[in-house]
Amino acid sequence: MNIWLVIIIGQILVNNYVMCQFFGICPFLGVSKKVDTALGMGLAVTFVITLASFITWMVQYFILVPLNLQYLQTIAFILVIAVLVQVVENALKKLSPSLYQALGVYLPLITTNCVVLAVAVNNITDGYNLLEATMSGCFSALGFTLALLLLAGIRERLELSNMPKWMQGFPGALITAGLMAVAFMGFGGLI
Amino acid sequence: MAEPQKKSFLPVFLNGLITENPTFTLMLGMCPTLGVTTAAMNGVAMGLATTFVLVFSNLIISLLRNIIPDKVRIPAYIVVIASFVTMIDLFMQAFLPELRAVLGTYIQLIVVNCIIFARAESFAAKNPPLASLADGLGMGLGFTCSITLLAAVREIFGSGTCFGLQVMPAGYQPMAIMNMVPGGFITLGVLMILVNVIKRVAARRSEERKEEKLA
Repeated sequence: MNIWLVIIIGQILVNNYVMCQFFGICPFLGVSKKVDTALGMGLAVTFVITLASFITWMVQYFILVPLNLQYLQTIAFILVIAVLVQVVENALKKLSPSLYQALGVYLPLITTNCVVLAVAVNNITDGYNLLEATMSGCFSALGFTLALLLLAGIRERLELSNMPKWMQGFPGALITAGLMAVAFMGFGGLI
Repeated sequence: MAEPQKKSFLPVFLNGLITENPTFTLMLGMCPTLGVTTAAMNGVAMGLATTFVLVFSNLIISLLRNIIPDKVRIPAYIVVIASFVTMIDLFMQAFLPELRAVLGTYIQLIVVNCIIFARAESFAAKNPPLASLADGLGMGLGFTCSITLLAAVREIFGSGTCFGLQVMPAGYQPMAIMNMVPGGFITLGVLMILVNVIKRVAARRSEERKEEKLA
């Protein structure tokens, strides 16, 4: 039971991939202008990361380790992720056109979202078993979604405020993100 | 595939280095930019590793640009990029193990660095090999310069040193936060404000000059 709590709280708050470890900054800054797009991106990422953690774990232990090919980890994982994203995109297009409409634009971007690969690699480095790896993937992604939603909410407000011209857009978002990261540091002693 | 455009080496190179600097103008490749820049040396190493991958993946993709079918181009690019990343990763593990330990997962994550992907898609796939090489070199060095700058600023304030040499006076109290996540975001934000201000001043100057010429 204890390890579950460590994984859940750890991945969402204490080791939040965006706010505490600098992964996935591109989508974090790129699609955080509106809350609904942020939510769409977050859900798409959560879906892909959970599946990717599951599959990359199996690829690592059932294919790469028995064949002694661990040095191909990067290539194998990124291919799995790219294929997975493509499959998810095609499946959504057929099964749920409305969801596809909502998430469609974000799906191709997920391949180059480093959270996905970072989670997959860290699952192996941390020696999780299959269930733990999948859970850790799911909750890391929820942590990513949380950070993305928070920043999007703040940026929607910032649009209305009167900022100096040279601070509008990315510089303002970066400084906001910096202050959010300070807040997230407060979770540091939780585990 | 588009017609090969005639582009000479130098303008393409300078375009990547300055005009379209990947960090400050295109906002690409943010994760390594922020993640490894706690010391200037890490910035240089990360930048050079990325440059290596960028130059060779651009070259190979440009050579293959008429062979790769459009539909499978993304997996094809990824395989090319991932091969070079694996090469540099194994090289660093063998010859620079300490640096590899510091940079950690970020070396593997060069695969998903959007700069490399974006350049493959938007430049190497449409241009001849030599121009693509220049583009890779320019973009890579532009990236190296900007992350080294960011890393140097963070190192000076965060540890009082620059490339490991003491630069701050002995009584300086290092700002630990600069070495942590918030410091990275805020330093980059401040640097971008500076870049914006410089650009606006430069744009105003050149407009004034044009008006003078007209008058």
